[in-house]
Amino acid sequence: MQMSDTREIKAAPSEVWAAILNPEVLKECIPGCTEVTGNPDDGFEAVVTQKVGPVKATFKGAVTLSDIIEGQAVTISGEGKGGPAGFAKGGAVVRLEPIAEGTRLSYQVEANVGGKLAQLGSRIIDGFAKKMADDFFNRFQAAVEGPQTPDESAESADGDEADSADKKKGWFKRLIS
Amino acid sequence: MPKDTGIGASTKRREDLRFLTGRGVYTDDLSLFGQAHAVMVRSSVAHGRIVSIDTAAAEAMPGVLAVFTGEDFKDVGGNPAGWLINSRDGTPMREPKRPVLAHGKVRHVGDAYAAVIAETYAQAKDAAQVLADATVIEELPAVVDMRAAVANAANRVHDEIPDNLCFDWGWIEDNRAAVDAAMKAAPHVVTLELTNNRLVPNAMEPRASIGEYFPGTGDYKLTTTSQNPHLTRLLVCAFVMGIPENKLQVVAPDVGGGFGSKIYHYGEEALVLAAAKRLGRPVRWTAERTESFLSDAHGRDHVTKIELGCTKEGDILAIRTETLANVGAYLSNFSTATPTFLHGTLMAGPYKVPHVYVNVKTVFTNTAPVDAYRGAGRPEATYSIERAVDKMCRELNLDPFEVRRRNLLTPDQFPYTTPVGLVYDTGNYQATLDKAIELADVSGFEARVAESAKRGKLRGMGLSTWIEACGIAPSHLVGVLGSRVGLYDAATVRVNATGTISVMTGAHSHGQGHETVFPQIVAEKLGIPESSVEIVHGDTAKIPFGMGSYGSRSLAVAGSAMDRALDKIIAKGKKIAAHMLEAAEGDITFADGKFSVAGTDKAKSFGEIAFSAYVPHNYPLETLEPGLEETAFYDPANFTYPAGAYICEVEVDAETGKVDVVAFTAADDFGNVMNPLIVEGQVHGGVGQGIGQALCENTSYDENGQLLTGSYMDYAMPRADDVPFYTVDHSCATPCTHNPLGVKGCGEAGAIGSPPAVVNAVIDALHRGGITHVAHIDMPVSPNRVWQAING
Repeated sequence: MQMSDTREIKAAPSEVWAAILNPEVLKECIPGCTEVTGNPDDGFEAVVTQKVGPVKATFKGAVTLSDIIEGQAVTISGEGKGGPAGFAKGGAVVRLEPIAEGTRLSYQVEANVGGKLAQLGSRIIDGFAKKMADDFFNRFQAAVEGPQTPDESAESADGDEADSADKKKGWFKRLIS
Repeated sequence: MPKDTGIGASTKRREDLRFLTGRGVYTDDLSLFGQAHAVMVRSSVAHGRIVSIDTAAAEAMPGVLAVFTGEDFKDVGGNPAGWLINSRDGTPMREPKRPVLAHGKVRHVGDAYAAVIAETYAQAKDAAQVLADATVIEELPAVVDMRAAVANAANRVHDEIPDNLCFDWGWIEDNRAAVDAAMKAAPHVVTLELTNNRLVPNAMEPRASIGEYFPGTGDYKLTTTSQNPHLTRLLVCAFVMGIPENKLQVVAPDVGGGFGSKIYHYGEEALVLAAAKRLGRPVRWTAERTESFLSDAHGRDHVTKIELGCTKEGDILAIRTETLANVGAYLSNFSTATPTFLHGTLMAGPYKVPHVYVNVKTVFTNTAPVDAYRGAGRPEATYSIERAVDKMCRELNLDPFEVRRRNLLTPDQFPYTTPVGLVYDTGNYQATLDKAIELADVSGFEARVAESAKRGKLRGMGLSTWIEACGIAPSHLVGVLGSRVGLYDAATVRVNATGTISVMTGAHSHGQGHETVFPQIVAEKLGIPESSVEIVHGDTAKIPFGMGSYGSRSLAVAGSAMDRALDKIIAKGKKIAAHMLEAAEGDITFADGKFSVAGTDKAKSFGEIAFSAYVPHNYPLETLEPGLEETAFYDPANFTYPAGAYICEVEVDAETGKVDVVAFTAADDFGNVMNPLIVEGQVHGGVGQGIGQALCENTSYDENGQLLTGSYMDYAMPRADDVPFYTVDHSCATPCTHNPLGVKGCGEAGAIGSPPAVVNAVIDALHRGGITHVAHIDMPVSPNRVWQAING
């Protein structure tokens, strides 16, 4: 399946770019991700646990970055094997452009599944993939910008004692600031 | 007064007692001492190059006894296609090797490239996953869509076949110019493009196999879910494994449905035999339901363009079709015959159409193999013709009943040679049409339309007049057409000393009811109780060499062989009786179970003769062998040609697109009927499968060759509330002229004749409801598709 969307992120393109290349960000933003190792040059190894309809599986796989145009565009490709559940693979072409409010991030995602995931989960896979993409970019946006409302702060704030200015920063910003 | 025994009696199926009480013995029910369990390792990609398989980790797993890969079978033979088809230019079909386990490349999701044998099923399953994880397969672009497969020569299912074409077949090529000319000259031409949807066979019992090897004798035994154990033995021995036929016993015990999918030999059967020999232990394998979806030979999957040239009054002048038929990744045993000689030869239907030409291109794709499935080629032909005839009626504003009457062959035209190479021996198509019209209460239809309209439903009526060629078939004919096997059958009638009878038949019952019907015929002929007769089938060590059951052939071919053997029994009985009664053999008559001297009251019962044959104290030993056992092989002179008229009534909910089949009438000519109850059951089952194809079932692969309908969550089987109560009749019988029982076969009829009746009814309902822009909806006519058609 294929899908595309754009988001406006209240941060400079350079900050957004740095976040995309950061394994910690990927780990926090990929839903169900428990582990990411590696670096942008050699690629990442990721472990993701997800439940698609009746199939729950832990996917281990490689994430590679390619077609990098520094600060502007990158293609993120991943392929994960889920053992008896089959496999999932996909890619996202991500583009950044500066706008008055910060950065416009646009993405085109293509996702494919195989094996049991396709045989048993095909009715729900499109919706699932869209949700995965939405979740990822929601989290990514939150990580870079900080939460939009206090309600969401639980997701990004690490402690009860954090001051309100810190709360409004995304955790990624706190990491690099 | 209906008979209560013998031919024509509605004897209840004796086998149902064990089937319905859980006492059947299926392959998976057998548990053997020392048995090991096999699990197949299957590809999760549709097309890929096997880069490496590291077996070490799997071999080190607890309980693992052996691991097999394609390497282990690369030097043995392949599973062959049973039918050689030549292309229009005379070149033979492309026939890639189909190995026991994929070697080098995997070619469809579910293609087995390795197998793990372990002490327990769970251990084998765990190790199979470890093996899968340790295998590197480089995924290649998948060839899925048939049109793309033919168009894109760069992407090959088999590297050596450049255009993915198995063959390009014309039938009959010499007639092509005349057909083209007739089509050109026709006052009206109907054109229709349609898809005959791909089906998963879904036998209730999944495939299963147990291999045994006996080192003391070097004998093998294969217990397997087969419709034809001798054919399986032949394929395993002569083509794949190189085992002498007399060293392999193949047993097909109770088999829970086949519908064609268990005709064929599959790699798992060779695998369990090879594993049993290597391990010196029985090795068993049973498919999971998902494996059935992935690896059983699927059915149908044709894309057809049909043109029908006619007069403005609806006289059919010419039919021309172009079909792409999917054979999947490998040639299954009958896969080349199904879209050709079981399809093209039927394209004249029951009509006196003078010009017919059929072109079929069979295409390799990265999908499961496709082969014969209940009806096999004939449903595809019938669907094309009957949809086109219906479209003709609509385009020319003609009455579909009247158009059938104009075009149906009349009883005085038989035997009738069709323009596509068959000779219909007998029939009365008007009679079945009249009977269907009467039983379906066609005259009351308009009132029912109005009644449905009050409830907001669109009611429609669809007609299909169908014919098929079955009782497959005469060896000399199929041999000319490219078959690599003969299609006779055989029976041995063994009269035991106490007068009971065992019939060893080459037919195989996997739900049909042979164990009930065959004794009825024996009882009728010998004048003994049905309960004195037992049917033995499904074991190559017990039965004569027979070709098994498919193509509605059991009764017409194997039943006729049994009839011939019974004739021999009676002839020998007369010799024995002549001696005992001190009369001339020519004076002995046999009737009602008694051998009598004509014109006297001197007689011996069948039981007395049997006893004398085995206790030959008073017996003409110098001229006659003791014992009473006879074998006959029977090879028919022609196919049989069942035919009928089906009328379907549907209600369509235009708001939701939901179609309800509210009435279905089947008036069939099956020739002589041996057991009306069983025939009715066969029609119910066949029509149910046809309605399933028409409304529910579809097999869907995505563009990467992933099977999306791999479970019952996504593959819609027809359920009880999808089918109506059927009205079934088979009183318009014209007995087959060339087999001794006068039977034609009824097993596939319902699945052949019903799909076009259903779709025609849906189109009729829409048109009657004013939705006249819908000329056609492809099967399955699901609510989604109907709604799209209405609103599209």
